[in-house]
Amino acid sequence: MAAPMAEITMVKALNQALRDSLADDPRSLVLGEDVGRLGGVFRVTDGLQAEFGTERVFDTPLAEAAIAGVSLGLALAGWHPVAEMQFDGFSYPALDQVISHIAKYRYRSRGRQSAPLVIRIPFAGGIGAAEHHSESPETYYAHTAGLKVVAPSGAVDAYHLLRASIADPDPVIFLEPKSRYWAKEEGTLDGNGALPIGRARVVREGADCTVVTYGAMVAKSLAAADVASEQGTEVEVLDLRSLVPMDLEALASSVRKTGRAVVVHEAPMTLGVGAEVVARIVEDCFDYLEAPVLRVTGYDTPYPPATIERHYLPGIERILAAIDRVVGY
Amino acid sequence: MSRAPTLSQDPGSPLRLLPVGEEPGGDVSVTGLGEQELRELYRLMALTRRADLESTALQRQGELAVYPPLIGQEAAQVGSAFALGSDDWIFPSYRELGAAVVRGVDLGEYLHFYRATWHGGTYDANEHRFGYVSVPVGSQILHAVGYALGSKLDRKPVVSLVYFGDGATSEGDFHEGCNFAAVFKAPVVFFCQNNQWAISVPVSEQTVAPIWRKAEAYGFPGVQVDGNDVLAVYVATKEAADRARADGVPTLIEAVTYRMGPHSTADDASRYRPAGEAERWKGLDPLDRYRAWLSSAGLADEAFLQQIDEEAGAFAAKLRADVIGSGPRPVEEMFEWVFAGDLPPHLARQREEALGFASDRSEEDGGADG
Repeated sequence: MAAPMAEITMVKALNQALRDSLADDPRSLVLGEDVGRLGGVFRVTDGLQAEFGTERVFDTPLAEAAIAGVSLGLALAGWHPVAEMQFDGFSYPALDQVISHIAKYRYRSRGRQSAPLVIRIPFAGGIGAAEHHSESPETYYAHTAGLKVVAPSGAVDAYHLLRASIADPDPVIFLEPKSRYWAKEEGTLDGNGALPIGRARVVREGADCTVVTYGAMVAKSLAAADVASEQGTEVEVLDLRSLVPMDLEALASSVRKTGRAVVVHEAPMTLGVGAEVVARIVEDCFDYLEAPVLRVTGYDTPYPPATIERHYLPGIERILAAIDRVVGY
Repeated sequence: MSRAPTLSQDPGSPLRLLPVGEEPGGDVSVTGLGEQELRELYRLMALTRRADLESTALQRQGELAVYPPLIGQEAAQVGSAFALGSDDWIFPSYRELGAAVVRGVDLGEYLHFYRATWHGGTYDANEHRFGYVSVPVGSQILHAVGYALGSKLDRKPVVSLVYFGDGATSEGDFHEGCNFAAVFKAPVVFFCQNNQWAISVPVSEQTVAPIWRKAEAYGFPGVQVDGNDVLAVYVATKEAADRARADGVPTLIEAVTYRMGPHSTADDASRYRPAGEAERWKGLDPLDRYRAWLSSAGLADEAFLQQIDEEAGAFAAKLRADVIGSGPRPVEEMFEWVFAGDLPPHLARQREEALGFASDRSEEDGGADG
């Protein structure tokens, strides 16, 4: 029986996904800094330790490399750890473990061992935070072979994608757009609508231009599309949802239809996900293109102080300007 | 708390059971080992010595891309690995061929790593409870802690032992791993082979506090042992593993030994090692010391030593044949095991391209460019 539709937030959806996975998979574990007693600084793990006990849900010492490396050891012992990095900017001490070992274990061992674990990272900006709390590290992970990289944009997707990530036999970097944590969405969280990793979604159909995006920028792009529509341009918004593997088919299918594309993300422009998306479009859709493909992204600066972050993050006006350029080309 | 209950010793006088020079040995009965096992330790050390020398020779002859000799560290590796139960896990760094010998890992398969034919070697880590070579210094320490925590959550009496060197104690992963294990009472044995050199940097420039004493900061026992004394290493490791298994108390063991060879076959130790140092340590050669003790104890006669020598020769010959007989893996394997299951679309395209060019290349290889 389907649960009734309700207003849910991404925090609530992620919490439910962890709860359901802990209940369904007796080998799953939740670990990280402040995830136990406190329930996480964003409350994503709220109540889980009380429900599942301190052996299934536990606080770790403040040591990100250890959280990642110990999670790998737990995985080798047959557990399915879901580790939390408290913030994007604090995930870097763990990069050696992620890149040198977690991503390579299946390969190195010729499939005899693997790292079925999830590393959750609240990511990106727009919440008025201090330095190190607003970064978009997705390219570091997406550029590392052996990792899957997932970045949901809304609550229901977040629920299904986190459940799929925990069930996945390979390591998944799960990026949670923290500026969307508390946005409300109408939907249900149950077994229906299970969502595999690697499928993009057309969240808004349109014939004139495709906006390719993910995470918090999906909402921003939809808002821009609404404005464009009032001005007579119908924008299709494609939410990638998974950066690795990327849904190349959905990407090509949308751009072949519209002949125009703009990529939007918060991460800096140079060598960002947008560069990959543009390259794929050129490779797969060149004959269909009516205009150059543009990128609207964060700038190639360190993430700026919060009081000026609105000038750094792609906003509706910047997205509209890019749409205007490609449509008017 | 800072030292093991039965192994307390003054700094600078590590636990020792075998005699050295004029100094008499200790009471060997504390090992609890029977005659067969005492002889087996020698056998494993002798096989290790010959396999290690053969591997170095294979590198010099171009059959291995690189090799990190362990000569001088046979007692540290064999004594410690021999002290574990068969279900216990070993997480090696890159110099633990001796521990692989104890675990019965096929060395031809192990040496695929150094032949550059497969990163992890081709043996099954699960079958031998012997993990894959880990090169980033100290990084495997955390895996051992995680595995130990996992076995504890499973209520399994399984211990993990991790090998690392004196240089690794400067890495953050060492500190994080020790601290993590102590907090969670994870059944781990941290086994440091202090072989005096981290490539060209002596241990005196690596760290100031004696390595074994660092354990005190984490709240578990630390032990310093004569790493060229296979029986002392055995006793220290057995006690540490038993304590980990029974009480979840980790132990840091510092085995004081010496890397008689270079860091790797790509290294030139004469550029940094003081003249005469290696010769002085040669007087403490772990095989010589143990052979002398076995003989004096009446446990090894000429016939036994000759039999071991012949077996070691055959062991090395098989290793040589296996290495030379193994070629590169097929190009298809470059794409295997990146992920479970079917290749995602981007990799499927790349595999197709690589295989297309590879078949062209093999035709070229047969031609003049070969």
